[in-house]
Amino acid sequence: MIDLIDVTKTYETGTHALNGIDMHIDDGEFVFLVGQSGSGKSTIIKLLTAELKPTSGSVLVNGYKLETIKRSRVPYLRRTLGVIFQDFRLIENKTVFENVAFAMRVVGASSREIKKRVPYVLELVGLENKARRYPNELSGGEQQRVAIARALVNNPTMIIADEPTGNLDPARSFEIMLLLEQINALGTTVMVVTHEKGLVDRFTKRVIAIDEGRVVSDGMDGYYSYEEAN
Amino acid sequence: MKRQTNFFYLLGQGVKSTFKHGFMSFAAVCITVACLVIINSFVLICFNLNEMVEDLQRRAQMIAVVDEIYSEQEAKHLGSQINQIENVHKAEFRSNEESLQNYIRDYEDEASLFEGLASDSMRHQFIITLEDNSLVTQTKAEIEAVEGIVKVEANIGVSNALATLRTVIYIASIGVAAVLLLVSLIIISNTIKLTMMDRKEEIAIMKMVGATNSFIRLPFVVEGFLLGLFAALISFFIEWGLYEVILNAIAKTDLAFLTFVPFKTVFVAVVMSCGFAGFFVGIFGSLMSIRRFLKV
Ligand SMILES: Nc1ncnc2c1ncn2[C@@H]1O[C@H](COP(=O)(O)OP(=O)(O)OP(=O)(O)O)[C@@H](O)[C@H]1O
Ligand SMILES: [Mg+2]
Repeated sequence: MIDLIDVTKTYETGTHALNGIDMHIDDGEFVFLVGQSGSGKSTIIKLLTAELKPTSGSVLVNGYKLETIKRSRVPYLRRTLGVIFQDFRLIENKTVFENVAFAMRVVGASSREIKKRVPYVLELVGLENKARRYPNELSGGEQQRVAIARALVNNPTMIIADEPTGNLDPARSFEIMLLLEQINALGTTVMVVTHEKGLVDRFTKRVIAIDEGRVVSDGMDGYYSYEEAN
Repeated sequence: MKRQTNFFYLLGQGVKSTFKHGFMSFAAVCITVACLVIINSFVLICFNLNEMVEDLQRRAQMIAVVDEIYSEQEAKHLGSQINQIENVHKAEFRSNEESLQNYIRDYEDEASLFEGLASDSMRHQFIITLEDNSLVTQTKAEIEAVEGIVKVEANIGVSNALATLRTVIYIASIGVAAVLLLVSLIIISNTIKLTMMDRKEEIAIMKMVGATNSFIRLPFVVEGFLLGLFAALISFFIEWGLYEVILNAIAKTDLAFLTFVPFKTVFVAVVMSCGFAGFFVGIFGSLMSIRRFLKV
């Protein structure tokens, strides 16, 4: 569950990235977060993962109050989140299997649990046959699937994806979105940041639009509904 | 069971990375070895100086010469007066006859020189040892003030000079050791920083999926520990060899009269010193370099 109340973020450079964001996302929802470049989408993601602290306002994620969270608690917050990025962020010298297993290892899973869970997640993202490959032997779409498998492997309550399809062609992008929709159907909350209008409009999902650090529209009516409303 | 699997995994990561940056690790170990050898050399010098000073102080004594007009009986009576002086540990009377015999014994080879020398050509003496050798000058003056004592000879100067030298070298050693420890610390920390740069993205991913800081730290601490351990081991054996060689060399020179402690006496001290320094430098070197990386 995400609850942002009157959140502002001003960077040290003086940039006012967020100017009073209110946003509530329940468990099990699928939400697109859209907006122009520089509108503050990635800043919101960084607040949710406790990479940044809000300048003011309150940020509640999966029961953790992030404006006051202790540094030592941050790893435990992050274990409830699966984060996916535009650039995949895989480890080049580890196999697909190892890349996914790595995420389990660092939270203290045993080899036995790893051997059981990783193949299951790889099958879920359709990569059961590529477990022994290295990232540079995969297509972009496949690499992003590995990243999704890694995000899923510790069974997070929420997946947060910052422009997951930014580096993919439209067909691959659509497949990734379908995969995320499927993961959502299994009960995981999903939040996807994107500015691909065509893609968003192929799904009937809740869309939150951000502009200049404010929520300008929030509903089920597609990407640029707020522009039409104005 | 679960914890163990992970512990060995992390241990393995640390060992792997030590060997992956073979050259840099090698260079770091070499420099640390050099630093540790120098530090331990200072420790050994201090140790030996200390022994020498104590030895000399044990042997240090004063000779108080009695006026020649005193008879043996009268001279002996001065002993109680000298013993009353606070810093005097023991004043032992030696008659002129005994002095002459001692003299002749010491210079046996040239015994002919003393032929016909009468005992009254020597004077009665007191051989005095002190409680505290650092108060030599003061005590000497007090003994000289005793009626009937004409002269006091003190050869305690040497041991006092050595004691001063010892203090100076102590202080210098601490300074040098501190600087060299810092140097090794920086070297090891930089080596580990290198491996960390290498794994920067991996660390970022670890953080993103919820690894705790101590989990991320452990492989690097293992690496630092290994570097420190290698350096400690190597420097220990170098130190040992060096010590034996130098002792042998000195034994063949004019300085052979100096007594040095055998290596087995200082064995434990050197093991501890190498071990501790290696451990300290390794662990803190790695922790120093990690700190910056763990923010975010
Ligand atoms: N680390 C930073 N330091 C200073 N200013 C920053 C920093 N990161 C982002 N900003 C500024 O904050 C504002 C919002 O940036 P943000 O990255 O959240 O935008 P975005 O919506 O994710 O854009 P994009 O779609 O291009 O990814 C921008 O004006 C940006 O220049
Ligand atoms: Mg962004």
